[in-house]
Amino acid sequence: MSRHTLSVLVEDKPGVLTRFTGLIARRGFNIHSLAVGTTELEGLSRITVVVDVEDTPLEQVTKQLNKLINVIKIVELEPETSVRRAHMIFKVRADAAVRVQVQAVVEMFDARIVDVAVDAVSVEATGEQDKVDALHRVLEPFGIKEIVQSGTLAIGRGSKSMTDRAGR
Amino acid sequence: MAGPAPAQTPRATPTPSPVPAPGGAAVRGSRSQPEVMTGAQAIIRTLEQLGVDTVFGLPGGTILPTYDPLLDSEQINHVLVRHEQGAGHAATGYAAATGRVGVCMATSGPGATNLVTPIADAHMDSVPLLAITGQQSSKLLGTDAFQEADIVGMTMPVTKHSFLVTNAQDIPQVIRSAHHIASTGRPGPVLVDVTKDAQQAELEFRWDDELDLPGYRPVNRPHAKQIREAAVLMAEAERPVFYVGGGVIRSGAHKELLALAEATNIPVTTTLMARGAFPDSHPQHLGMPGMHGTVPAVAAIQKSDLLIAIGSRFDDRVTGELESFAPGARVIHADIDPAEIGKNRIADVPIVGDAAEVLDALLTELRTNHSAALAAERPSWWGLVNGWKQSFPLGFEKNDDGLCDPQYVIQRISALTGPEGVYAAGVGQHQMWAAQFVEYERPKAWLNSGGLGTMGYSVPAAMGAKVGEPDRQVWAIDGDGCFQMTNQELATCVINKIPIKVAIINNSSLGMVRQWQTLFYDGRYSHSDLNTGHESVRVPDFVKLAEAYGCEGIRVTRNEEVDEAVQRALDINDRPVVIDFVVPADAMVWPMVAAGVSNDHIQYARDIRPDFSGESEEGEEA
Repeated sequence: MSRHTLSVLVEDKPGVLTRFTGLIARRGFNIHSLAVGTTELEGLSRITVVVDVEDTPLEQVTKQLNKLINVIKIVELEPETSVRRAHMIFKVRADAAVRVQVQAVVEMFDARIVDVAVDAVSVEATGEQDKVDALHRVLEPFGIKEIVQSGTLAIGRGSKSMTDRAGR
Repeated sequence: MAGPAPAQTPRATPTPSPVPAPGGAAVRGSRSQPEVMTGAQAIIRTLEQLGVDTVFGLPGGTILPTYDPLLDSEQINHVLVRHEQGAGHAATGYAAATGRVGVCMATSGPGATNLVTPIADAHMDSVPLLAITGQQSSKLLGTDAFQEADIVGMTMPVTKHSFLVTNAQDIPQVIRSAHHIASTGRPGPVLVDVTKDAQQAELEFRWDDELDLPGYRPVNRPHAKQIREAAVLMAEAERPVFYVGGGVIRSGAHKELLALAEATNIPVTTTLMARGAFPDSHPQHLGMPGMHGTVPAVAAIQKSDLLIAIGSRFDDRVTGELESFAPGARVIHADIDPAEIGKNRIADVPIVGDAAEVLDALLTELRTNHSAALAAERPSWWGLVNGWKQSFPLGFEKNDDGLCDPQYVIQRISALTGPEGVYAAGVGQHQMWAAQFVEYERPKAWLNSGGLGTMGYSVPAAMGAKVGEPDRQVWAIDGDGCFQMTNQELATCVINKIPIKVAIINNSSLGMVRQWQTLFYDGRYSHSDLNTGHESVRVPDFVKLAEAYGCEGIRVTRNEEVDEAVQRALDINDRPVVIDFVVPADAMVWPMVAAGVSNDHIQYARDIRPDFSGESEEGEEA
């Protein structure tokens, strides 16, 4: 299995995400991550989906996704020509004894503490998946109480835009 | 049952629907003075403006508002079915026979779920179908209200698209979009689920709004470069063969196919979905490929060096074991649906486009740049092909039980009815015999459930076809198993004066199941005996059943009686006719390629395998 990132421009209508993910599930592919939000164009949303799938079935499922009436455009974003970012928040055990150490790690990774309790802190990190995963490993020994993460966000490098010519 | 009545607003006087121009092209209701009407009235008005003349359906709670203005429509003939599945198959039978969009209507909950099978059927066979369902009021959505079912969610994988309408103002636009999507590109089923409150609320009816479908752009015109490359392959090929699918019929491309085939002198095979796309009587026609295809069609594809696939999808029932399918062939694959190309077999030249435009462009290109190739006679290839045609014609062995031979019955129905008739089959042995032994000379004469394989398709589909093509003789060639799934629509046929003919090929069993049990399960007939035929208790007695419905019922038990009964059926046109043809349970469909086996192992009859060795120009390994 190889990992692929698809960026998908869709109409912002109820049920679109269900149609999209339903088709992927029907083929038996697992969605590794998913991020959805509105775009600079009114009425259009953008789905960034990371799937584990071989090249040939990926081409097939992309064609099928393209057939969905609400899908405007699909592009695969290659690692070399795109920027990808992961976004995670960790709730880490941190009483007075270790809080300074946690704080030092957070600074080293360019992350931020976004909430503090008596015995825990919440750490927000963004960056390439590798960097966020590394932070995860370093925070682990302190005791992680909770993790939440968004799907990968990805955008093509350079001045071209996926929504060029996608306006109505 | 329903939610609270909508707030009272001054009601516009219901005006009788004006008769629209054919095709619904007329633009009425100018922007300055849009007409105010209810959502229900807008549904009917929109259907009228789209040129819809027939709706098959059955009313219930949540679709009741729409049935009220339907009563006043002078244009729309509503056919009240006895089961919603019948409405769905009638609409697809209507669509397959006429080429126009079939429309069916049902209430929410079980009414809608009963449509799921015909919707899935239409999806597999690319039939333009518009299904309109009532839905609980929008305030009750998701509350498990009475007769609530998430039909949009349920049908998502089996529709081309679907809409949930909760706002009356959206109705004209949505129904127009649904009709457009169903009938363009690769046709398919589109569901419109309308909440009861949207049907009851008022709107300003506007017809001239632009359709808003930014993500829907079917490609009809093929790419010139692909056409050039395909023409080069066709000019170079020594053993080419056309592999024609249902897309040619849906596209109406039979004339273009005939022109290209005759100009190139290339043999033609027509799949189960494409029977009639090329005349059976044409000397270039080899018949149907696939599991129960003819030996010449299967052999020609296996030995070909170029497969020209037009509107076909390399279905497993055609290819058999995919790895050994047409192993020496390069492939030109033309389809209007890009997702079909390369799905099962990699295409050397993929062409996205409408079949008629592709065939036409190929002929033009060949005439312009490969005129020498057009004159090619291919004597060695035709020598092989004609050898197979001579050695392995379609045939059957007569039974010695004194009963009717199913193949003979179907041959006689075809001969006495002629090529202008319409033949709708169920699924199983009788379907294969009807595909093999009816002579098809024109498209839209053969209706069947090819992809989904829906038992029970035949009677309602024939009913729909007869409504759409009232001047044609319409046969339902059915099995005793299939017939028992949907024969309630005989009541619809009698009451609405839809005089279809039903030929039950009654072998008293689930025949194809029995054939597989004979061949692959040591003759252990697990639950495939239906007790409807010869030397059985005859439950039900199909003749009595037909008579109970007010149909003419005839039983035929010997070959000698077949012609008279068929002729009598053809002469009766004031009520449906049901003929119970009693056939032996042991009759089998041949030729056959067992499931998942290479097409090279086709059996002409039981344990008789054609020997192709030494015939191929490449030579064949033993």
